[in-house]
Amino acid sequence: MSAFLTYLLNGLAVGCAIALIASGLVVIHRVTGVVNFAQGTFAVVAGLCMSSLLGMGLPHGLSEVAAVLVAALAGLLTGLAAIGRRGTTALSALIITLGVGVLAYAVEIVLWGDQPRSAPGLAGSVIVAGARIQTQHLLVIGVTAATFVLLALFFGRTYLGKALTACASNPYAARVVGIDTRLMGLLAFALGGLLGGLAGVLVTPLRPISFDTDVTLIVNGFAAAVFGALTRPVITLAGALLLGVAETMAAGYGYGSHQLEIALGLMIVVMIVQAGRRPAVTQEST
Amino acid sequence: MIDVKDLVVSYGTATALEHVTLTVGRGELVALLGPNGAGKSTLANTLAGLLTPASGTVSIGGRLALIPEGRQLFPDLTVADNLALGGWRSGQRDPSPVYDLLPRLAELAGRRAGVLSGGEQQMVAFGRAMMSRPEVLVVDELSLGLAPNVTADLAAHLAELNRSQGLTVLLIEQNARLAFELCRRAYVLESGRVVTEGDSAELAGDPRVASAYLGGAIT
Repeated sequence: MSAFLTYLLNGLAVGCAIALIASGLVVIHRVTGVVNFAQGTFAVVAGLCMSSLLGMGLPHGLSEVAAVLVAALAGLLTGLAAIGRRGTTALSALIITLGVGVLAYAVEIVLWGDQPRSAPGLAGSVIVAGARIQTQHLLVIGVTAATFVLLALFFGRTYLGKALTACASNPYAARVVGIDTRLMGLLAFALGGLLGGLAGVLVTPLRPISFDTDVTLIVNGFAAAVFGALTRPVITLAGALLLGVAETMAAGYGYGSHQLEIALGLMIVVMIVQAGRRPAVTQEST
Repeated sequence: MIDVKDLVVSYGTATALEHVTLTVGRGELVALLGPNGAGKSTLANTLAGLLTPASGTVSIGGRLALIPEGRQLFPDLTVADNLALGGWRSGQRDPSPVYDLLPRLAELAGRRAGVLSGGEQQMVAFGRAMMSRPEVLVVDELSLGLAPNVTADLAAHLAELNRSQGLTVLLIEQNARLAFELCRRAYVLESGRVVTEGDSAELAGDPRVASAYLGGAIT
C-alpha cells in the first residue's frame, strides 16, 4: 500500500512538471492558434542554463530565476520567428517552431555538449501517510499549484489577461478595439517560454537533462494539452496528473521502458475521440 | 472629418475598392448604401486602419471607432469585460459612462456576451465602441439580423449622440429606409465603386436607388 502511495505522490509530481510544459502549449495556442513544438526546448534551455549557473557558483534561487528568464527570452525569440511576420498562418508557424527546436539542438550541443547534465535540488525526503516522497517532488507540486492559481488570476482578473483572452476569442474584434494581436502573441510565447523554463528548473534535479530531452517533454506535454483540447488549462492539468501517475505506476510496477508509449498511446486515443466529436462542436460554434 | 480620396484596396489580385472618394464633415451623419459584396466592410475596415490601401489616401480628423458587421464581440467574456476592452485605446476602463447612455448594459454586465440576444449583442458592440470616446463612429450594418424595434431604438441613440455630442457618424447599411431616415446625405457603393451620391431625399426618389433598395442591381 505504501509503495502504491509513493508511486501516486511521485506520479503527481511528474504530472505537475508535465502540466507546466502543457500549460505553456495551451497559453500559446489559445492566444495565437499556433501549436508550439519548441515548448520542450524551453525546459531544456532552462535546465542546462541552471546547471551551468550553479556550476559557476551562483546561488540557488538566483540561478533558477535567471534560467527561467533565459527560457522566457527563448520563447520570445521563437515567437518572433513563428508569428513575427504578419500574415504567417498557424500551420506555417507550427513548422517554424519545429525548425526552431531542431536548430536549438545545434546551439545546445555547442554550448553544453551532448552529455546529460544534472543540478542539485532540494535534498531529503519526507514521509506522507507512510509513503516516502522526495522534497524536490513536493516543491514541484507546490510551484505548479501556485503557477496555475496565478495563471487563473492573470487571465481571469487582469486587464492584460483579458486582452490576451480576447485575442484568442476573436482576433478580428481584438484588432477592432485596438489590441495589437501580434504583440499579444509574442507575449504569449514569452509566457510559454517562462512556463517551460519553470518545468525545466524543477525537473533537472530529478532526472538529468540533455539537448534531446525535449522530445520526451513535448510528447508528454502535448498529450496533456490535447486532453484539454489545447485551450482548457484545468482539464490540461487533470490530463497531465493522470499521465504522470500512469507513467510512474508503470515504471514502479516494472514497465519503466514503456513510459513514453503510454503518453503516445493516450495522446492518440484522445485525438481520435476529439476528432470524432469535432463536427458537432463546429456546428455549435457557427 | 473623414476624407477618402481615390482609394483602392485589393485582396491579392482581386480589387475590392476602386478609386472611391467620399467625405463626411464634422458632426455629419452620412450613409453608405450598397448590396452584399459591394465593398462596404472593406471600406469600414480600411477606415479603422485594419486594411492597408493599395493606393489613394484616407484621412480621419479624430478618434475613430468601428462597430463591425456581425457585432464581433468576445463571446467568452462578460459584457463588462467586453466594454472595458473597448477602452483599450483610450485607457478608459470604467464602463459607467456607457451604462448612463445604455442603462440596459448595466443589467447585463455580468452575463457572457455569447449568450445574449442579437439586439443585446448589438447594444454591447455599440457600448464597446463608445468606450473609446470616439469623435467619429463607423457603424457597419446596424440593422443586420435585428428586429425593427431594436434597430429603431439603436438608431435613436445614434441620432441623439450626433445631436447632443456632435458625434460624426458614417452609417454603412443595406437597409435604405433606415439610412435615409437617419442621414441627410448618402453614398451608394456597388462593385467597389461609388455609383451615386447626394441628399437622402433626392436619392430616395431615384429609381436606380429604389431598385438597389429592393435588392436589384443599379444600372
